[in-house]
Amino acid sequence: MASQHTATAQAAQPLTLDGVTHSYGTGFAVDNVTLEVKGGELVALLGPSGCGKTTLLRIVAGFISQTNGKVIIGDRPIDVLPPNRREIGIVFQNYALFPHMTVAENIAYGLAARGESRAVQAERVAEMLATVRMEGFADRKPRQLSGGQQQRVALARALAIRPRILLLDEPFAALDKNLRLDMQIEIKRLQRQFALTAIMVTHDQDEAMSIADRIAVMSHGKIEQLGSPVEIYDEPATLFVNNFIGSSNLLKGRVVAVGPDGYRVELDSGAVWTLASKGRFETGAAVLVSVRPEQMVLADEAAPDRLPVALKLSLPIGGALIHDATAAGGEDIKIAVPRRPGALSTGPGTAFAALAPHARPSLFPATSS
Amino acid sequence: MSAAAPGAAPVRDAVEWRLAAPLGLTYVVFFAAPFLILLGISFYADAEQTRLGFDSWVKFYTDAFYLKVIFDTLKLGVFAVVATTILAYPLALVFRASSPRMQRVLIFIILMPLLTSVVIRTFAWIVILAREGVINQTLMGLGLTATPLNLLQTELGLVLALTQIEMPLMLLPLLAIMNQLDQNLIDASRALGASKWRTFFRVILPLTLPGWIAGATLVFASATTAFISQSVIGGARLVYLPALIWQQSMVVYNWPFAAVASLTLLFTVLSGIMALSWLGRFARTT
Repeated sequence: MASQHTATAQAAQPLTLDGVTHSYGTGFAVDNVTLEVKGGELVALLGPSGCGKTTLLRIVAGFISQTNGKVIIGDRPIDVLPPNRREIGIVFQNYALFPHMTVAENIAYGLAARGESRAVQAERVAEMLATVRMEGFADRKPRQLSGGQQQRVALARALAIRPRILLLDEPFAALDKNLRLDMQIEIKRLQRQFALTAIMVTHDQDEAMSIADRIAVMSHGKIEQLGSPVEIYDEPATLFVNNFIGSSNLLKGRVVAVGPDGYRVELDSGAVWTLASKGRFETGAAVLVSVRPEQMVLADEAAPDRLPVALKLSLPIGGALIHDATAAGGEDIKIAVPRRPGALSTGPGTAFAALAPHARPSLFPATSS
Repeated sequence: MSAAAPGAAPVRDAVEWRLAAPLGLTYVVFFAAPFLILLGISFYADAEQTRLGFDSWVKFYTDAFYLKVIFDTLKLGVFAVVATTILAYPLALVFRASSPRMQRVLIFIILMPLLTSVVIRTFAWIVILAREGVINQTLMGLGLTATPLNLLQTELGLVLALTQIEMPLMLLPLLAIMNQLDQNLIDASRALGASKWRTFFRVILPLTLPGWIAGATLVFASATTAFISQSVIGGARLVYLPALIWQQSMVVYNWPFAAVASLTLLFTVLSGIMALSWLGRFARTT
């Protein structure tokens, strides 16, 4: 495809946020955020609503002026530039296609604003339609398109101006579940093909995990943790990240000894586990142990490293059997075990839960919440 | 609950047209019938209504004076629409950007003129426009003019007054549609490289055109028929169709001629409204 050659010709530029702060009257929407997005990298800003991720995106786009800090593309600060001179492609959650224009006019909009000739516009529109596989839709109006088709047009419109940075604002939130995976693949493909540095804002961890190179988990205007999806999931740096990403069981316990291979933690529920952690804990410190449901197993007999649990319910969800149980310490926990074909839900009863061999529980101080 | 009896007619939520009867009857008695009478009277040839003929129509449409009255009335409506548009769009943009609290204050300020009668507002404009009025005293005080300007009984003064008086009619529909406009569309336009002006003309204007057409229709219809403002500020020097009708029917007692003028005013307003709705077909908002 011809477009691939022209598109990848320009090198991807890094995007740097340097101490970006945005305050409303009383509080901080964005609180001293420093983030370096490498050229060609896709970073997801992940967090609950109100965590400042959308404000941060709008600051990069130039729709909001930050109170403090710098936004730098390549090595050039862009803070002084109005939005129309930042050369940033942006895809909105509701796509924001111009309803009074055809698909072709929508895609040509940015080119017309740059004073490109009709011939160049027509050529680029055809090229972009081919890139997003929407040939034959040029003369449709946005309302005649499905959600997925509208998003393809929104992408084509954003990419037609050959942006330096691509911003995606909750790009999959308005799509059917079945379409989401297709569009995630599509966006990843286009982002690679155009060698674009990209930031995606989302509150959906699955979206962030599936297409982001790195994830910045945000809370209260700050980045809680920045890392690859695997790091974020396996080694959550804070209890907030731990609770926000995936589901986990939190077990109360106390550090009884510090050894060379980790902390010996005695759980309130009875079991004693030896756990490695990057955190620092004193002997006697109250801790919370976080274990993912799929990192626990069930056994029939008691053992020092097993905690007794009362099984309440078990649900066959796809290939896994999810047990809903109460630990002896009173915590509600979930345990996911692979389901043998033909195996049915088991009834209530008592069992013993242990760590799976591959388990990597996380330790947090019990006082933090 | 028990099942519906078999064979029972399905209950349909049909529109009950009889509900419209009171209004419909009022319309027939007080509008349709007088309108037909008016149409009939216009075909009398003389003021005493003794002979039938097209004399009144011919006289009206061959006399340059009356043709100029039609033209002036149309022109007044167009000027009022243009002036209110030029002032209303910037205000609508400010309104859109304001906080909800500020919007309530603005709405109150915009609606305030409507709480005062047109007569009072018109007389207020006399105080402002008169030879010894506010504008002239200010201009003379500043030494910008030696002799007072003639603002009363001029088209300019009338357009000024009408613009203020009709402003809410233009603003209300425009503000409503302006507030519904998706901010993302404006942001998208900006991010794609369009300047603020380009964004206004390519995105904001076309998408708010239906609101403008509603406002322009109201302003045009009420400016062309604003008998009180036209007479009080325009005076005897400026003659528009409403004053002509009043003069022919109440002073000269030439009812056939007044009927022709009335129907002409009706068609003038209708033609303006039709031109605006024709323009609406080009408002490609969806």
